[in-house]
Amino acid sequence: MKTLLRPAVSLFVLLTAVTGVLYPLAVTGVAKTVFPEAADGSLIVKDGKAVGSRLIGQNFSDSKYFWGRPSATGPMSYNASASSGSNQGPLNPALVDAVKGRIDALKAADPDNKLPIPADLVNASASGLDPHISPEAAAYQVVRVASQRHLLPADVKALVAQHTEGRQWGIFGEPRVNVLQLNIALDALR
Amino acid sequence: MSNHAWILLGLFLVVLLLTVKPLGTYLANVMEGRFRLAGRIESPIYRLCGIRQDEEMGWLKYAFAILLFNVLGALAVYALQRLQADLPLNPQAFPAVSPDSAFNTAISFATNTNWQGYVGEATMSYLTQMLALAVQNFFSAATGIVVVIALIRGFARHSAKTVGNAWVDLTRITLHVLLPISVVYAVFLTGQGVIQNFDAYKDVTTLEVTSFETPKLDAAGQPMKDDKGAAITEPAQTPTQTLAMGPVASQEAIKMLGTNGGGFLNANSAHPYENPTPLSNFIQMLSIFLIPAALCFTFGRMVGDTRQGWAVLAAMTLMFVALAYGAMHFEQQANPLLTQLGVDPAAGNMEGKETRFGVADSGLFATITTLASCGAVNAMHDSFTPLGGLVPLIDMQLGEVVFGGVGTGLYGMLVFAIMAVFIAGLMIGRTPEYLGKKIEAFEMKMVSIAILVTPLLVLVGTAIAVMAVDGRAGIANPGAHGFSEILYAFTSAANNNGSAFAGLSANTPFYNVMLGIAMWFGRFGVIVPVLAIAGSLAAKKRIAVGAGTLPTHGPLFVTLLIGTVLLVGLLNYVPALALGPVIEHLVLWAGH
Repeated sequence: MKTLLRPAVSLFVLLTAVTGVLYPLAVTGVAKTVFPEAADGSLIVKDGKAVGSRLIGQNFSDSKYFWGRPSATGPMSYNASASSGSNQGPLNPALVDAVKGRIDALKAADPDNKLPIPADLVNASASGLDPHISPEAAAYQVVRVASQRHLLPADVKALVAQHTEGRQWGIFGEPRVNVLQLNIALDALR
Repeated sequence: MSNHAWILLGLFLVVLLLTVKPLGTYLANVMEGRFRLAGRIESPIYRLCGIRQDEEMGWLKYAFAILLFNVLGALAVYALQRLQADLPLNPQAFPAVSPDSAFNTAISFATNTNWQGYVGEATMSYLTQMLALAVQNFFSAATGIVVVIALIRGFARHSAKTVGNAWVDLTRITLHVLLPISVVYAVFLTGQGVIQNFDAYKDVTTLEVTSFETPKLDAAGQPMKDDKGAAITEPAQTPTQTLAMGPVASQEAIKMLGTNGGGFLNANSAHPYENPTPLSNFIQMLSIFLIPAALCFTFGRMVGDTRQGWAVLAAMTLMFVALAYGAMHFEQQANPLLTQLGVDPAAGNMEGKETRFGVADSGLFATITTLASCGAVNAMHDSFTPLGGLVPLIDMQLGEVVFGGVGTGLYGMLVFAIMAVFIAGLMIGRTPEYLGKKIEAFEMKMVSIAILVTPLLVLVGTAIAVMAVDGRAGIANPGAHGFSEILYAFTSAANNNGSAFAGLSANTPFYNVMLGIAMWFGRFGVIVPVLAIAGSLAAKKRIAVGAGTLPTHGPLFVTLLIGTVLLVGLLNYVPALALGPVIEHLVLWAGH
């Protein structure tokens, strides 16, 4: 046992220094040089002030904005310092109630909408910070946003199309629309 | 299953299989000391640490060395969490972690489980993340790999007393494999959007002011409750959003590569700062299976017959494809209760999933992460459909041998291979042998312990938790799903996976201690018998292949191996699964 103690402790300390100090510092150095914007959080800066991150969704409830995914973070939605999903199982009555409430809110803001309700618009995301909605979820909201802003639906639709990304490399993931960037573009239209 | 899902699965398999031979060869070269640069890098380290490079260890000494190294790791993680308030790199001024949570996390990261009872971005300082948790990501991965290398040496050597030098093995795998791949990988991840900085959390001014309910506090600062015990809330507003920061990319790389799975941030690989794009998601999936798949080739190379390695890999791949199909297929089905409310069923089950990943990329990730004892998640498994959630449970309950954790998966599978030749031997009345080594009573005793220790921990642990008040208190979802949450927790802990049906409130003294015990014995209760098998096999003479020898590289053996894995898994867990996801499925679809 004694013959093992010295190598164990010294190797532990040495490899800890390499993997726990040198490694993260080296990666930080390279990352900040090669991808400085991404390493710092992909922030969106407007008039010298950070208004959000391209990668982190924000809470939208005003009907003149496109709404994002429901967020289950606490105490407020889209709490970016405590990410979380709802963790509600498929049979949980709380899930059914929550979805019912979200459908009601969508209908209240846009009573004449007869489109099928996109699942991602009424189901909470995994992180609670999902920056995207599906193109269907954006299309569902086009008429409402256009009428609230006294814009032509076709113009809003074109803006959505501009902000729609397909599958990455045509293969990976799902088509999606970045809600925060779309809403910033909407505000700039005026 | 959609066309997209099939293409994704196909592409994943092709890319993975292309990496097997080159990486497997490199791993064999590194571990056998044939890597040329190694000497110059390693000699100063060995001199400094008093390690004699040419000293070989018997299995018992090897096991002690590994245990000692891991105990040191657990102690360091515990200490750093408890002292973090007084240490640097803590811009959010997080206090010390509670003793029971720190105990659980220390065991969790030392055993490659990375079960997380805490919320990363609200609990751990940057120093704790990088110096305690990320370091264990390297060391626990290295531990798994060196144990399987020792076992392979047991097959490859004959009439030998030793299985290698634990210190040399640990150093080599860390410095020549895990570290260089992680550096490149971490920089790639930053390119996709993963953050890497030491800044304090950043406040940004949001487009819209967020209204929310906050618990009302009394004069003493305690949350107030009404007559029924429910918390009283009051409306509040905030014009800002606080973005969590930190050195995420460096930790993310080794978290996936080492099949650790412990997220820097609470939402793990679902968080846009940990897994920002569908491409980063694909590479993360690939990096989970990368080393476990390559080790199969390393195994074949080191025992002198690469067909042996391909046979094991074939068994793993076949089971993986079947299970991946299951997860993607069942998640494509929408929740009938929500369809009834008018929700479009086309997108499948989107609760707890990210838009950029959708159903296919989430279902495949879930299969890979649970088969591989990684436990990172890009979707919340707790919100999966009953059968979609059944797949991750089965993945883990097969014993984490289908690819499995780095090293652990292959040694687990080789234990099943010994079991398979034993069963075959019984059927034809011959002494079983594998790779020229007679399998005798001692090996079979150790195999039995290695195979039975995890089901014992899972089933007894679950039974205790459902009977205990403290155990039931953690349940988040009513009905059969609540039982599934507990079963999932113990399955995940004892098999060193670390993913969760995360609704379960597991950051309590009861679960922290119970799951801590399950993780420790689920890890070392297998490693010690595996090393014992390694030592015993190394000492045996090699016997020549005869007419009665069962070939262990053909379809017959692959079938036998799959059958053995499924048989043991099913016999152990079917009753428990019937009480959880199966009942839930029947209730959900009753009347639809």
